[in-house]
Amino acid sequence: MNLILIAVLLLGAVGAIGAVILFLVAQKFKVYEDPRIGQVEEVLPAANCGGCGFPGCKGFAEACVKADSLEGLLCPVGGADVMGKVATILGREAVAAAPMIAVVRCNGTCENRPRLNNYDGATSCAVASALYGGETGCSFGCHGLGDCVKVCPFDAIHINPETQLPEVDEDKCTACGACVKACPKLIIELRKKGPKSRRVYVSCVNKDKGAIAKKACNVSCIGCSKCMKACPFEAITISNNLAYIDYNKCKLCRKCVDVCPTHAIQELNFPPKKKEEPVVETKEN
Amino acid sequence: MLKTFRIGGVHPPENKLSAGKRIEVIGLPKQVAIPLSQNLGAPSVACVAKGDEVKVGTLIAKAGGFVSSNIHSSVAGKVAKIDEILDASGYRRPAVFIDVNEEEVWEESIDRSETLIKDCPLSSEEIIKKVAEAGIVGLGGATFPTQVKLSPPPGSKAEMLLINAVECEPYLTSDHELMMEKTEEILVGISILMKAIKVDKAIIGIENNKPDAIKLMTDRCRQYTGISVQPLKVQYPQGGEKQLIDAVMGRQVPSGALPIAVGAVVQNVGTAYAVYEAVQKNKPLIERVVTVTGKSVVKPSNYLARLGTPISMLIDAAGGLPADTGKVISGGPMMGKALTSIEVPVTKGCSGVLIMPTLEAQRQKMQNCIRCAKCVNVCPMGLEPYLLMSVGEREIWDRSEKERVMDCIECGCCSFTCPSNRPLLDYIRISKSKVGAIIRSRK
Repeated sequence: MNLILIAVLLLGAVGAIGAVILFLVAQKFKVYEDPRIGQVEEVLPAANCGGCGFPGCKGFAEACVKADSLEGLLCPVGGADVMGKVATILGREAVAAAPMIAVVRCNGTCENRPRLNNYDGATSCAVASALYGGETGCSFGCHGLGDCVKVCPFDAIHINPETQLPEVDEDKCTACGACVKACPKLIIELRKKGPKSRRVYVSCVNKDKGAIAKKACNVSCIGCSKCMKACPFEAITISNNLAYIDYNKCKLCRKCVDVCPTHAIQELNFPPKKKEEPVVETKEN
Repeated sequence: MLKTFRIGGVHPPENKLSAGKRIEVIGLPKQVAIPLSQNLGAPSVACVAKGDEVKVGTLIAKAGGFVSSNIHSSVAGKVAKIDEILDASGYRRPAVFIDVNEEEVWEESIDRSETLIKDCPLSSEEIIKKVAEAGIVGLGGATFPTQVKLSPPPGSKAEMLLINAVECEPYLTSDHELMMEKTEEILVGISILMKAIKVDKAIIGIENNKPDAIKLMTDRCRQYTGISVQPLKVQYPQGGEKQLIDAVMGRQVPSGALPIAVGAVVQNVGTAYAVYEAVQKNKPLIERVVTVTGKSVVKPSNYLARLGTPISMLIDAAGGLPADTGKVISGGPMMGKALTSIEVPVTKGCSGVLIMPTLEAQRQKMQNCIRCAKCVNVCPMGLEPYLLMSVGEREIWDRSEKERVMDCIECGCCSFTCPSNRPLLDYIRISKSKVGAIIRSRK
């Protein structure tokens, strides 16, 4: 009996001393953390995808609390909803940002882009592009080996087995930009999602001269500048034999789509036109 | 017991099908395309324009930096255009296209006689200057500009010149045949190189599978002071600079250091011949010996081809492309690179064209790593390839650097030996380029 009492008292004393020390140390080395960081983190999607440009959701929450205004800060996964909640917590105004989406700028399907050789190396676009230009005559186009698929944290991009090209699932894509960084060919771009998901873009990144590009792929941009002349809004620029449509200037009039001789310009999610049969657009859907 | 390097290495089937076949001269094509990046380092800068008349040996591109080399016209004719061409890298890169004239006019300064000139009155600096002007690069395949290698950084002193006549790559025989036919020229070239780096000792390392070359070189080198021959055990990658130094001198080059750190300068035997021609005959590097070989090739042999000749011409000379062709490789089977087109031009670094049948060329299906450590055993640099691949796949570049990925010589022993057919070297190569870029960005 006596023994048990001694043990209880001794351990109780050790515990009490420890508690006092811990309390004092915790007071001395206390790190103040803005409670709002935790609150903001709570409303974030906790995907830790890095799409916002910060290391994980906690990093983004810290940046939001620290910043004077929410301009330029956007959680691509949560979108306007989450940013609205963040704004309420912080008592600042939510800055509206247009939703973005990943766009694969290559339409070199097996039919459009004949294979000239067979690659049997490691299934990695990074490895393949370190070795050579690719299986086709186009050394700028998609390898189709799926580095973008591997990195996507939202299962939003997949290789279409028929075309051997990646396709973005519009419902799942959060525009985090992981695929953009993973693609060694720099084919994928984040573009404005557009009203009703309607988009017009040049689905080609080939910078070769027109004749070479056309020989390599039927639907390549040959840099003919017809679209640039047709565009009423000066949204299209041509550099290095390649057209680029500025999504901030583009008003989706689709004049460029009509004039493009190689059908390199894609339109997405538009209702079918009355007369012409839209051959190219259906593929991406 | 014959000498060889200490760690790792493999012994793939030698398949020297074209051994003993005399060097044949390939005729001139109608048009040559001379790529502007034929050396390690900065690409050369073209100094001719469309419509210019050039002779054989006319300078057409100047070195584009310290680690770069001159390029000379390999034919007489008219510059058709400066445009991009698909080269052995698998990408389109700029090249000078020259329409070949029927009448061949050489630059007057070039001595085209066959007479052997033994004496070289030039000083070290003059030799290095001539080598630089002639656009000589390491002809073993690495294409490092020779003049840079001959000018050791201040504070370091060369003790010995090593001549790399190992030719450890299976199939290739161009260096072997060159030694058999141009023995004296090579030895004079070696003497010139010794003078350039101010050493009095040179050792020629030859693997034991070339007994005729060992005998011939040993006989002839007695007339030259300071040159000797060292027969070596057949082991791949003995032709690697660091492996050769280890095999011949018994010294190991520290991680990240150059061979000069252990007092060695290594030059390929083909480079020695090119140096002879440049210094004694004023002839720039405009042609090289290329082995065209393969199990299904009708006439595997060694060919002397002008730079810029399409590889298809060499294949035609060897009896055409066999029906069962699976891959055409520029270089040997271990370190060579599969070509995407046979219209690729011959460049300074093209030591062979290997045509592999489909069955042999195909990569086997990749399986999981079984941690057998065969790759660790064969790595001649003492690295752990399985680990480098796995950290490379996961893009942990700081770990790659710690595991000394930059020491990899890309010999391919690991991929060759892997029972699970894992593409080890492919991932290591990616890691090397990424880590290299990170290291450069720190400076």
